[in-house]
Amino acid sequence: MDETPVAIQIKGIRDSLLVTLGGGAWPDLETALVKSIDDRPAFFQGARLVLDVAGQVLHVTELSALRDVLSERGISLWAVLSESPVTEQTAQNLGLATRLSKPGRPEVREAGDEMPGDAALWVQQTVRSGQKIAYKGNLVVLGDVNPGAEILAGGSVVVWGRLRGVVHAGAQGDEKAVVCALELSPTQLRIAGEIAISPARKGKPQPEIARLKDGRLEAEPWQA
Amino acid sequence: MTAKVVTVTSGKGGVGKTTAVANLAVALASRGQKVVCIDGDIGLRNLDVVLGLENRIVYDLVDVVEGRCRVRQAMIRDKRLPELHLIPAAQTRDKTAVSPSDMVRLCDELRPELDWVLIDSPAGIERGFKNAIAAADRVIVMTNPEVSAVRDADRVVGLLEAEEKGPAALVINRVNPAMIRRGEMLSVDDVIDLLAIDLIGIVPEDDGVIVASNRGQPLALDVRSKAGQAFQNIARRLLGEQVPFMDLDSPSLLQRLLGRK
Repeated sequence: MDETPVAIQIKGIRDSLLVTLGGGAWPDLETALVKSIDDRPAFFQGARLVLDVAGQVLHVTELSALRDVLSERGISLWAVLSESPVTEQTAQNLGLATRLSKPGRPEVREAGDEMPGDAALWVQQTVRSGQKIAYKGNLVVLGDVNPGAEILAGGSVVVWGRLRGVVHAGAQGDEKAVVCALELSPTQLRIAGEIAISPARKGKPQPEIARLKDGRLEAEPWQA
Repeated sequence: MTAKVVTVTSGKGGVGKTTAVANLAVALASRGQKVVCIDGDIGLRNLDVVLGLENRIVYDLVDVVEGRCRVRQAMIRDKRLPELHLIPAAQTRDKTAVSPSDMVRLCDELRPELDWVLIDSPAGIERGFKNAIAAADRVIVMTNPEVSAVRDADRVVGLLEAEEKGPAALVINRVNPAMIRRGEMLSVDDVIDLLAIDLIGIVPEDDGVIVASNRGQPLALDVRSKAGQAFQNIARRLLGEQVPFMDLDSPSLLQRLLGRK
C-alpha cells in the first residue's frame, strides 16, 4: 500500500473545510491534495475550502492553477492562510481571503514582535479597483490608488501618485499616522478612528499631507 | 497558421462586447482571415442573434464540451462570409457547464487551422469571465466613457494583471463627442488616465448599432457607418497595421462633400 509521505489534515470549520498542508515541494503537495479529493469526490463536492499552506511561497500561476483544478471538482477555494508575505499578496491579488476573521475587522497582520517604527511596505504598482493592500507598518505606494481600491496601514501611508480610493492609516489606533499623496482625492480618508470624505477640489492638484489635529482630519499642502 | 485567441471582456454589462466581437469577426473575415467566434455567455446568449445566425443553431458550446458532437458540427458558417464561423452558447444551461480547462482544450483544437478565435465574454468576474479568459492570448477590455463602466473595467484589468494574462488592450465604446465637448461625458483621456492600458480603439455612439443588431447584420459591413469603420480600424490594428484614430468630431467625408455640416 502506498504511504503518502505528505501530511494533509482536513477538518470542518463553520461553513467550510480547512485543509492544512505539511511541508514539502509544492507539486507533490498539490498532487497529494488532488488525490485525496479524487478518492472521496462526493465528500468534497460543493465544499467551500480554506487552505493553510504554512510557509509555502506561492505565485500566481500556482495558486490560480490550483483554484481552477478545485473548481472543476465543484470545490470553491475562498481563503488561503500562509506565513509567507508573497503567498498572502498572491492570494489577495486573486481575490482570496487571507484571514478567517469576523467580518468588519480590517485585515492587518497581528503583532508578533514589535515592528521597528520605520519599517514600510513598498508597493510599486497602481492599485486597481477591488484590490486591497494591508500592512501593519507604514505603506508606500509608487503608483496610483484607483477608486474602489483599499489601502490599510497600521502606520502612515505615502502615495507617490493619485490617491483616489479608500485609505486607512493608523488602522490599529495610531492617531499620529499621516496620509500623504501627490494628489489627495480619496473616496474616504481614515486615520485611526476618524473618517472624512474628500471635499470637491478646484484647480491643479498639489501634494498634500493629511493628519489628525485635535480629533479632526485636516489636509494641508506639503511644505518641506 | 496558428490562431491568436482574443477575448473581449468588460466587467460591466451592456458596454458593447457582443457587438464588438461580431463586428471584429466580420471585419477580419472580410480581410480574408479565417475566424471562429465563440459565445461565452452561456444561458444568456446573444452573439448568434447579432450575427443573424440564431435559426441555424443545432449544436452549441456545451454539446462540444460534453462530447455530444464534434467541434466542426457546432461551427455555424456565416451567411455572408465563408471564412467566418460561430460556436454559439447554450441557452438552457448556465456558466457552470463549462470550465476554464474545457475552453483551453477547445481553443487548442481550433488553433491549427484558423487565424483568429474571438471569445465573447459574459459580464461579471465570476465563472463565465474565468472561462472566457482562460485560453486568451490577448484580452480586449471594453468600456464606455462613464464612471461605473470605467470602475468595473479597472477591476477587470486588475484581475487580468493578477492572473498575468499579459497587457490588455482598451476599446472605448459609445463615445459621444458632443457630450464630451459640453463636459457631460468623460473624455477619452480621462478614461485612459485611470485605466492606464494601451488604447486599441475608439467607437462612436451610433443608433445604427441597434438596427444592425435587430437585423443580424453587423455594422462593419456598412461603409457609411462610423461605428462600423471604427471596428474595421480595430481589426486592422489587430493585424498589426498602424491606423490613426478617427477624428469623431468632424462630419464624415460624404457629408462634407455634400456641403452639410
